[in-house]
Amino acid sequence: MNIDRRHLLVMLPAAAIAWKYVLAGTPEESPNYTMTDHWWSMLINIPKCIGCGNCVRACAAENDVPDGHFRTWVERYHVTDWNLSNPEVVSPDGGKEGFPAVPKSVGGDEGFSSSPESAGKYFFVPKLCNHCEDSPCTQVCPVGATFIAPDGVVLVDQTYCLGCAYCVQACPYGCRYIHPEKKVADKCTLCYHRITKGLTTACCEACPTGTRQLVDLKDPNDPIHTFLKTHSVQVLKPQMATGAKVFYNEMDGSVR
Amino acid sequence: MSGVEGYMYPNEITLNWSVLIVLYPYITGLVAGAFILASLVRIFNVKAVAPTYRLALLTALSFLLVAPLPLQLHLGHPLRSPEMYFTPHSTSAMAMFGFVYLWYLMAVLVFEIWLDYRSDIVHLSQTSTGWKRTLYRAMTLGSDNISPRSLAIDHKVGWIVTLVGIPSAFILHGYVGFIFGSLKANPWWNSPLMPVVFLFSAMVSGIAAVLLLYMGISKLRKTPVDMPCVDTIAMYLFYIFILDFSLEMLDLVHRVYEADESFRTLNFMVHTKLYFSQIVLQICLGTLVPIFLLAITQVKKLPELVRRRIYIVSGFLVQLGVFAMRWNVVIGGQLFSKSFLGYTTYKMSLVTKEGLFAAIALTVLPLVILWILVKLLPPWDKEAQASIPAATAAN
Amino acid sequence: MSIPKDARHLFRFAILFVIAFVVFLVIRHFVVPKTFGEYGHYRGAAITEIAARPMHFAGHQKCETCHVDIGEAKKAGKHENVSCEACHGPLAQHADDPSIQPTKINTTEVCIRCHADSAAKPGVFPQIDPVQHSGGVPCETCHQPHNGL
Repeated sequence: MNIDRRHLLVMLPAAAIAWKYVLAGTPEESPNYTMTDHWWSMLINIPKCIGCGNCVRACAAENDVPDGHFRTWVERYHVTDWNLSNPEVVSPDGGKEGFPAVPKSVGGDEGFSSSPESAGKYFFVPKLCNHCEDSPCTQVCPVGATFIAPDGVVLVDQTYCLGCAYCVQACPYGCRYIHPEKKVADKCTLCYHRITKGLTTACCEACPTGTRQLVDLKDPNDPIHTFLKTHSVQVLKPQMATGAKVFYNEMDGSVR
Repeated sequence: MSGVEGYMYPNEITLNWSVLIVLYPYITGLVAGAFILASLVRIFNVKAVAPTYRLALLTALSFLLVAPLPLQLHLGHPLRSPEMYFTPHSTSAMAMFGFVYLWYLMAVLVFEIWLDYRSDIVHLSQTSTGWKRTLYRAMTLGSDNISPRSLAIDHKVGWIVTLVGIPSAFILHGYVGFIFGSLKANPWWNSPLMPVVFLFSAMVSGIAAVLLLYMGISKLRKTPVDMPCVDTIAMYLFYIFILDFSLEMLDLVHRVYEADESFRTLNFMVHTKLYFSQIVLQICLGTLVPIFLLAITQVKKLPELVRRRIYIVSGFLVQLGVFAMRWNVVIGGQLFSKSFLGYTTYKMSLVTKEGLFAAIALTVLPLVILWILVKLLPPWDKEAQASIPAATAAN
Repeated sequence: MSIPKDARHLFRFAILFVIAFVVFLVIRHFVVPKTFGEYGHYRGAAITEIAARPMHFAGHQKCETCHVDIGEAKKAGKHENVSCEACHGPLAQHADDPSIQPTKINTTEVCIRCHADSAAKPGVFPQIDPVQHSGGVPCETCHQPHNGL
């Protein structure tokens, strides 16, 4: 296959037009997108996560996330026996470069063993903005620079934000930060520029195991509906009553 | 990253609210406290403290003028701050600030000072020369009516303004406590007692500040300190301080006894990272010692000089303690992870716009403004005439 | 109602307030963004602006419009659901202009990122000890990365 033919294929009419808008960054939404038809969120299937850090890198590349700050990050939990209230959690550089290997015991490869480092259980928890329905961060913004869009995504208007950081303080999950150069609040947009064009988020695109799934709760054909029916699913810090809608499958009680 | 113990969510490692946000509630607290002291004269008819009435009002004004500056400097985009006035978000406690501030500044403080000083201003506009004359004339708003009847009207209106001013002062500072107390995400801040504790510590710090300023200015002017006046102020300071301390202890005891999910983390923080600023500075040096010292003056007849020294020492310790309290709330609330699994460290910068020098400049600035205000509107002429008690009696 | 002569100075103070308020309303009229309040208490146009940010990941659907052969090969193996840019990195620029050639990836490094042994990973996920398993021989010597065999 030569490059010219590939190029031609790319230029196929309908797709090409939408694509041109996408790359030019012109304020033109894909024509078929109606905000009120969607209610976006995400499903995180914890048992599938291998802690490769692909999502963190992809997010940083897609959204120009500054070093040391994270729109999404991965935590590795280590819980020994019954000690649920004292998990050992690490997230070196947000899990961007993966995690140091935990040696397996000789002879077994099932993940349990008697060697002290690997005693207990390990699992990875990817984190991102929960796009809460009753979001404490949008509640406290003094000027209306952060808001819940009609499709359920919590966004920041960076041309309007004062940079007071009240929203950063109000988020129970640590999902927001003040962008060191732009001096405004920054956070996960659920790749709003992608999902409004029928694509999935960068983190879901880059996730090799299908741990992360973008879901549209208003889409009756979304597999999330079956999944929620058949699995035991939780949200983070339900006691905060934020209406978080990033769903975690098989989440351990030690996760906070 | 250095300075992190245990696990912090990665975005929590750097603190977003710096020493300037510590300064902000401290300064607004001084405003509220100074105003409450002034209202003692006006509303509660405590004639003994009348010599500090005008000084208290000017102190409140000069600190209030500086109060928004630390916030302004802290903003990522200071020029966007007018958005707070143009599109205030009804669900945000912070959005209230602009309006409460303007209301308090213009409708309460400036109006009350203007009413109280009007006859002086008219007089000064006729006797001074040059730019001062122009300034005073502008301040008369073109009316030189100082007939006894107009002054009586001023006095009545001023009384109403002060009456409205008390809840306004409460709102101004109580709401600062609400900004912290209403955040459910942060267990160190989240408490319905927070606004009340802020308010009472504000009264304590403001009253102590006026006490110090009054004694300091008397020293500079080489005029004798009115002992009944400072004794009365000290008495009020003592009783409000007891209330303040009880409320703070109630909050503490409640936290310790309830011991919710955050307790172990916060308890550890208080005993390590906050040990010096919370236990040593705030509770011992800044609260117990001055309460003890003031208590002595209440139960024992001490010579004048000793009393004055005790008031000065307590006054400074109170400032230290209240500042430490603001520090522990603002900085302490950001030192632990909302995962309750770790701690970070606050590194104060020196020369940046949110650094130590900016903070010092902002602490000195109100004193400079006060100096200018005192030059422009001398608070003592009237004090010599003792017209306030007379006018109060006429009311 | 006429204002008593001795209260007129108060009236002057009140006028200052009214003037300030009117000036405020006038300024407010001009500076509040046009689309503010379109959907809620925020600038409606912000949504379109955020939706128009540039992309870096093209998405596997885009890749497969040209690289049909690779798409087919992947369907045959265990990497069926691993999208192209999970290993190759963001390539929207290349998808837009195929003359921009992506840099070749270091296969071994990419394989190890997922498949290196760790007791922290779920046990069912295929893992190897990179040193023992191949002794430094590149993965693609034996394996076909696109179909994961």
